[in-house]
Amino acid sequence: MSALRLSVVLATGFVLGCVIYGCSPSRPATAASLKPGKERHVAPDFALKDADGKTVRLSDYKGKVVLLDFWATYCGPCKVEIPWFMDFERKDKNRGFAVLGVDMDDEGWEAVKPFVNDIGINYRIVVGNDATADKFGGIEALPTTFLIDREGRIADVHVGLTSKSEFENDIEQLLQAPAHGGGIIEGKGHPAGASGRVPVAAAVVGAR
Amino acid sequence: MVVKRGATAEVKIAVSVLPGFHVNSNKPSEEYLIPLTLKWEEGGALEAAGPTVFPKPRMEKYAFSPTPLSVFTGDFELIARLKAAAAAPQGPGMLIGKLRYQACNNNSCFPPKTAEVRVSYDVK
Repeated sequence: MSALRLSVVLATGFVLGCVIYGCSPSRPATAASLKPGKERHVAPDFALKDADGKTVRLSDYKGKVVLLDFWATYCGPCKVEIPWFMDFERKDKNRGFAVLGVDMDDEGWEAVKPFVNDIGINYRIVVGNDATADKFGGIEALPTTFLIDREGRIADVHVGLTSKSEFENDIEQLLQAPAHGGGIIEGKGHPAGASGRVPVAAAVVGAR
Repeated sequence: MVVKRGATAEVKIAVSVLPGFHVNSNKPSEEYLIPLTLKWEEGGALEAAGPTVFPKPRMEKYAFSPTPLSVFTGDFELIARLKAAAAAPQGPGMLIGKLRYQACNNNSCFPPKTAEVRVSYDVK
């Protein structure tokens, strides 16, 4: 018997979304975590299918404050946040607020439907894809959660597990903000300049 | 790696997970978790001669999980046993393996990825 030794370093990817939109990974809750209005860019629109096969567009939510959550069934930190989002949906849906979950499982509805039923998720879920993730600068780390104001602009982005109070503060500020005339400006968002920290965890994968 | 026709060979694959990250073990502790798997491409002179041997995983508790998770961290080794068929063509070749893993750190998880493992061999 002959033997051989190889070596593989596992690459874990890096967070492009942080580069483009700025990140707030696990930062302490502050009153001023939302971007000022002038610094917000319009969220990219997308069209994805929900559990009933109906097409859902982000622009359908014009006039509402939206918590847009990119998640997956294999993501433990995502599962910590989901019950909070269910609370927010329950508490604030009549105030012009909505949660929209974008699942990123490769298996799509085959993986998602049983999970959604087990947990009893009360907000809309759509199955995402790489094209949608690319529109938002590339979503590698899950959860990545965007807070979108009534004008369809990205007011904040949270990468990784974030505190419930931080989300509550963001949502309350956005719900209390005065509405601007003209509704949501539709169209593709443009990436902002790089801001915030960029957690990079990448390594060359190879065998020798 | 030189392998005689009909003989078996053992390949040790050293895996390094970056500090601060973990990958699910080959037998994760929860249903929705994606296991570490190693699959070899078929059709060449070398083939798997039994299941891959994985090390004993660690049971680690993370802030986002109510129960400990079965994971691999840091440096560890997999052992793959390969066999050259009795009628395998002689000469050099390359066996390609796909190591699929799904990694997380303390507050985020990353999509499953596949790392390629290449074993060059020479059948005698």
